[in-house]
Amino acid sequence: MSDLFQQKPITTRRDHMVMLSRVANSLYWMSRYIERSENVARLLDVNLQLMLDFADFNDQQLKEHWLPILCSAGDEKTFFKLYDRANSENVTEFLTFREENPNSIISCLFTARENARQVRDQISLEMFEAINECYLFLKSKNAHEVWKFGAHDFFEQIKKYSHLFQGLTDSTFLRTEGYEFINLGKFLERADKTTRILDLKYHILLPSVADVGGAVDAAQWQAILRSASALEAYRRFHVEDIIPNKVAEFLIFSTTFPRSIRYCLQRIDAELHRLSGKERREYRSQEERDFGKLLSDLNFITIEQILDTGLHQFLQGVQKTLDQLDDHIYQEFMYHPPVDTEAEIFLQQQQMQQQQ
Amino acid sequence: MGDISHPHPMLLDQYKTEDFFDEMFTEDGGIRPHYQKIADCLRSLDPAEHRGKQTAVDLAFMRSGVTFTVYNDDQGTERIFPFDLVPRVIPNNEWEKMERGLIQRITALNLFLHDIYHDQKILKDRIIPPHYILGAKHFRREFMGFNVPKDIYIHICGTDLIRDRQGNYLVLEDNLRCPSGASYMLENRAALKRAFPALYRSARVQQVDGYGAELRKVLQYVSPPSLGSTTQPNVVLLTPGVFNSAYFEHAFLARQMGIPIVEGRDLVVRDARVYMRTTTGLVPVDVIYRRIDDDFLDPTIFRPDSLLGVPGLVHAYRSGNVSLANSIGTGVADDKVVYYFVPKIIKYYLGEEPILQNVDTFLASEADDRAYILENMEKLVVKSANEAGGYGMLMGPWAPKAEVDSFREQVRANPRNFIAQHPISLSRHPTSCEDGLEGRHVDLRPYILYGEKITVTPGGLTRVALRKGSLVVNSSQGGGSKDTWVLQGDS
Repeated sequence: MSDLFQQKPITTRRDHMVMLSRVANSLYWMSRYIERSENVARLLDVNLQLMLDFADFNDQQLKEHWLPILCSAGDEKTFFKLYDRANSENVTEFLTFREENPNSIISCLFTARENARQVRDQISLEMFEAINECYLFLKSKNAHEVWKFGAHDFFEQIKKYSHLFQGLTDSTFLRTEGYEFINLGKFLERADKTTRILDLKYHILLPSVADVGGAVDAAQWQAILRSASALEAYRRFHVEDIIPNKVAEFLIFSTTFPRSIRYCLQRIDAELHRLSGKERREYRSQEERDFGKLLSDLNFITIEQILDTGLHQFLQGVQKTLDQLDDHIYQEFMYHPPVDTEAEIFLQQQQMQQQQ
Repeated sequence: MGDISHPHPMLLDQYKTEDFFDEMFTEDGGIRPHYQKIADCLRSLDPAEHRGKQTAVDLAFMRSGVTFTVYNDDQGTERIFPFDLVPRVIPNNEWEKMERGLIQRITALNLFLHDIYHDQKILKDRIIPPHYILGAKHFRREFMGFNVPKDIYIHICGTDLIRDRQGNYLVLEDNLRCPSGASYMLENRAALKRAFPALYRSARVQQVDGYGAELRKVLQYVSPPSLGSTTQPNVVLLTPGVFNSAYFEHAFLARQMGIPIVEGRDLVVRDARVYMRTTTGLVPVDVIYRRIDDDFLDPTIFRPDSLLGVPGLVHAYRSGNVSLANSIGTGVADDKVVYYFVPKIIKYYLGEEPILQNVDTFLASEADDRAYILENMEKLVVKSANEAGGYGMLMGPWAPKAEVDSFREQVRANPRNFIAQHPISLSRHPTSCEDGLEGRHVDLRPYILYGEKITVTPGGLTRVALRKGSLVVNSSQGGGSKDTWVLQGDS
């Protein structure tokens, strides 16, 4: 019974700008899943194209190439329940169309659309139409036809839906609390995906020492940049060959490239402060403080220091901090203790008996 | 009707009214004056062009999610509510009479509800045999003596009207619980304006757009007296959830009014007050437009297995801390047995003759009527007293013998639960079919809102039975809908 009284505070706000916790949750995940689908589409598109240059890969090499991608974007165990071989066709299908994979493009967009439906009184009609059109496209035969005709065009289409949705969010959604949850979802997902794209190099990209600096190596680093939509941006900053350290530095530290880890963290920080109403650098919980510490680390450490202690360890640390922050956001804004219906009925009946 | 000669032999070319009252054509094949502009427009339209417009409208509905969900397997399929482009037209003089009749009816029914939950004068005066009311499925004896804010029970009403062979408007049923469909009235209008902008402009049609604002005013008007008149109430719409077939409508109306849409799990009751669970804590709720039936509102009072409701909600309601629209217990007044008494109810409370007539009805629990029903079952429409959506109904003339026999048994076993009527051959309306326009049966559901004043939105939802010969207009059973135009003038 005592649980029943551990409720959130009662406020007296009587205006329409209050936001249901359930709505905040749906907006956050709607936004996260759309960002996720775009990242998976980009990752697959780039790697399928990369494979065109390595047509002579044997099964083992194919597996070495695709397995880390599978790990970064999906669930390896589920994959091997469904397929024997980790080749291009299987991995791509698994990450695109299989509903058994909760992080496939189709699953992400169906979930995003279901969340949008839950809050369609909150988002603009334009936003709902964009996500709904995407859903209808994926449900139609047309989706498979576009896919068969050319995977590239299909992924282009998926990316465009995400861009359209995010653009419409910017131009039609009210700048209220909901906007902050949408941005939190977007930038948390984006930061996480950038760490995973960068981490791919740790897993696959050095098949043997001899390959370092070779043609395969260069192509793979270029693929990393393209997977993060960063190739052209990188070139504008570094008018030289693609140098591994510089790529990592760019994707971690850039303050101007909107998919770098630091840029995403800065945006998350701003949204967190808008939500809490606290001064900059003031944090409310351990999770927020850990997050704040990571952000300020990025202001002081260098890429050399990161490489010394290990890029992989660093990226894992970032992912862990983001996971904890995600959980914190849920606890702080979205979670209410579940109603134990039986206890609640009992309590209500007792309350009524007292008053009759 | 024989052939009609047209300057342009197309969509209306083969149209036959047969032996029905037709909304557009008179018996001798002439166009009714209030349909003249539409007939001209249809004649100038190439059938391919008409189909093109229809496709465009369907796609727009699909894209913006104007759909309802059909469950035939574990995956819900979203379908659009079929929309027919040819609008139904009502001249202003006909409408004014209908409007007066609807206002009269809701006024009397509201007085009736107040009476049976208080002094029960109408029962004491033997206008209605008391057992019909006290034994009614939706009579809520727990609410005897309970006062609802401003004495309004029925805030939102959707009355189903049909027209008989002579074109008289008759009331088929009063929907006083959670009538649905208003969103389609508004979406159909928007779609029609896009499809036929010039025709719409020239026809001078009364607007329906005010419905959302009017509904919001009604909900604000009935806020709990304890809140005081200066405080803006927090109004919410309570939905069963995203899997409900009418979820689109719930979201649509919430958007129109700018109020939050909530599910039972978003609400919690503390000290007889209702709160919603927000990102900043618990925020008080004052008025609930509930789209959940009485039975599911509160598991502590009604069905204990309800997961849709809010434990303690009824207690908060009884304490006067939250208002519900519609009030609890209105279902007793749209019981089909009570329907039989509505003309008497109008006369009793208002001292007036009913402006809108009922369909002649037989009560299975009256011995003479029962004998008639059992003898003539093959010729009658038999209805359960408390079902909606076209369920629990026997269409005698069209039903297989086994079904007739089954109903005969049911009527014998539980006569209180059944009424019967002679089938009314609903009026027909030109409707797009495979081969051009054909006559299909229609009804009409106008929406009545009861707040500071009673307003009837000029128009409503015209439902059409799309299957050839069918009289069933329900969306769950092959029905579609049309935009309904009430003209500013008489033609």
